[in-house]
Amino acid sequence: MAAAPGFCRDCLTEAGDGPRCTACGSPRLARHAEINQLTVSHIDCDAFFATIEKRDNPDIRDKPVIVGGAKRGVVSTACYIARINGVHSAMPMFKALKLCPEAVVVKPNHAKYSAVGREVRALMRELTPLVEPVSIDEAFLDLAGTERVHGMPPARVLARFARRVEEELGITVSVGLAPNKFLAKIASDLEKPRGFAIIGRADARDFLHDKPITIIPGIGPAARIRMEKKGIRTVGDVRRFTPREIGELYGAYGLSLWNLAHGEDNRRVKPERETKSVSAETTFNEDISDREQLEAILWTLSERVATRLKASEFAGSRITLKLKSPDFKSRTRTRTLDSPTRLAGRIFETGRELLKNEARGERFRLIGIGVEELCPIAEADPPSLLDPNLKRRIAAEAAVDKLKGKFGADAVKRGIVFKR
Amino acid sequence: MKVTLERAALLRSLGHVHRVVERRTTIPVLSNVLLRAGSDGLRLQATDLDLQVVETATADVADAGATTVPAHTFYDIVRKLPDGSQVVLEQTGDTGTLTIRAGRSRFTLQTLAESDFPDLAAGDLPIRFELSASDLKRLIDKTQFAISTEETRYYLNGIFLHAMEVEGNSVLRAVATDGHRLARVEMPAPKGTAGMPGVIIPRKTVSEVQRLVEDPNGSVLIELSATKVRFTLGDVVLTSKLIDGTFPDYARVIPAGNDKQLIVDKAEFVSAVDRVSTISSERGRAVKLALNDGKLTLSVTNPDSGSATEEIEVDYGASALDIGFNSRYLLDIAAQIDNDTALLKLADPGSPTLIQDKEGSSALYVLMPMRV
Repeated sequence: MAAAPGFCRDCLTEAGDGPRCTACGSPRLARHAEINQLTVSHIDCDAFFATIEKRDNPDIRDKPVIVGGAKRGVVSTACYIARINGVHSAMPMFKALKLCPEAVVVKPNHAKYSAVGREVRALMRELTPLVEPVSIDEAFLDLAGTERVHGMPPARVLARFARRVEEELGITVSVGLAPNKFLAKIASDLEKPRGFAIIGRADARDFLHDKPITIIPGIGPAARIRMEKKGIRTVGDVRRFTPREIGELYGAYGLSLWNLAHGEDNRRVKPERETKSVSAETTFNEDISDREQLEAILWTLSERVATRLKASEFAGSRITLKLKSPDFKSRTRTRTLDSPTRLAGRIFETGRELLKNEARGERFRLIGIGVEELCPIAEADPPSLLDPNLKRRIAAEAAVDKLKGKFGADAVKRGIVFKR
Repeated sequence: MKVTLERAALLRSLGHVHRVVERRTTIPVLSNVLLRAGSDGLRLQATDLDLQVVETATADVADAGATTVPAHTFYDIVRKLPDGSQVVLEQTGDTGTLTIRAGRSRFTLQTLAESDFPDLAAGDLPIRFELSASDLKRLIDKTQFAISTEETRYYLNGIFLHAMEVEGNSVLRAVATDGHRLARVEMPAPKGTAGMPGVIIPRKTVSEVQRLVEDPNGSVLIELSATKVRFTLGDVVLTSKLIDGTFPDYARVIPAGNDKQLIVDKAEFVSAVDRVSTISSERGRAVKLALNDGKLTLSVTNPDSGSATEEIEVDYGASALDIGFNSRYLLDIAAQIDNDTALLKLADPGSPTLIQDKEGSSALYVLMPMRV
């Protein structure tokens, strides 16, 4: 039997029947019966933050690297060496360091990561206008109809893209190619790092059959336990139900679950995700109950949110305060303003009002604040009869922003931050 | 308990009290209306813990007693009963239900014990005065639209009612503001308001009172303390908590030195503003007023849909001025002008504008301009 059609991921030469490229000898061949028909792709950067840190500091290239907050923080990204020791993202840092004591911990530099993320995205947009960013380091792409533009089918375009990202940006990505978003997302995870995996229409059901139900997005630990009680452990188990039965069990979500279990997903790749909210939060080194201390942190977070709002020319009118107690229970409190704002001052004042009702001696491990219901910044902070100083406050914040732009974020600080 | 009464009388009283009941409540008994049959008829009472309405309906009481039933369901039932029918309410034994009979219809409703029903104790209400229903309605109608809905400044979520001396005369004033506009209306202070504390009457109470003022020729007894207020309108007694806060010093918001006078025909102005604002977007409702020597050009530009302009003849002799307002707010205020001509006193595009009847009136409005 002849091998499935394919090509070499390093030199893009048509693959022969052997296990290696006939032109360059590379073993990295991509093969699949449907390789030339599939167009939907999910691209995920490999250990994004850690890879960037290694790229920029060759001394740590061969060491386990963990990017994340200090003592009480959590792991944002662990490099693949650290992952071998069992470290994974969202793990508390102390636990990670217990598993991998020799790891180098790097404080995250989000400005740098977003800059690289934007570069990756710019390269994606050269492939197709249908780029749907999921987060800073991953995106869905639909390359349908681009074959004549690129002079090659999507699979090769993607392989060439992966090579280009490595050469030009010094980081690696994993590519998943499939008939739809659900399968593409699963595929990109299959051969990480530097992966290139394909799931076709014909093999989707077989592939999914024995996979745990948690492979389906939206099924977390809680849902898994609920579904196990109904005898659903694998994706194949879902298929034993009729759509009607599963609909009765899980409602509208059940129907989409049934479709996904059959490898069907009709969600389109939607270019550009609209910004819906801007928020910032922080986990403390030690639990905090003191309200003044919480307020000082809230101010810093409010400033961060305001800076991001102003940078993206947004303002918002719904303010949400988020708190997490030591037992990881989170709660949110929301208030709607009568006019949208982009001012750290107004965001903070609203957050502080909300905090007043919550911080009554209780301890917290995290605080966050966010702004929703976004609108153009031109509509923000209209003049008010009752706040005659508003104009001056806007001007003062603008002046502070300017100083910070020139001398760094720590150039000007409000007195509240120094209170103890 | 066994009571017989006219469906119309029951519907009317229930209509008054059931509105106070919130659709969603945290305490089950708050969804209910308290029915108490006694020598004076059937007393209906409902509350949301901040506001309580009590009304007594004429009824033929066979057996005295009390119970509570779900207010909205009970109201819907009575509403649908045939006009002119006699309604019999009966609670027998301790079955925990109330039977409602009218004609051939028969309903039973689950009840909750009346002993659990909260009573909004008013305490001592030392200030006591009477207003004609039409005066009270005017105080409310002319200020209500400016009440703020933002919770952060909760002390703006109501009408500030207070008595004061103005040029040697005692007046009773109602003021409301949301920071964008302010409404102030006053009337000669009725007897009994001397020494009255300034009180903030919550929005929900204001709108309930407004609905209860049915007969403009009637009069309303108002009793209050620093924390509670009670309105007695005929058979209906409404008791409410007051907003516990300090209303801002609104006097400094009212501009005194605005020297640019604009006099407009109210009807013409309102239709012109209304017409041009058709083009404005849902959010940015700015209408631009360009004033120049007897001419007012109204215009709206919406980058998404287009633009509109309209010119009207006005009485304006001051230097040329361009100023923008939220068209909704402008129309809200214009609607409150009683006479044919309105007077706007302007200063500059960034400062509050004063709006009132040209003939002078007891009501005045302040509107903050928008950037255009």
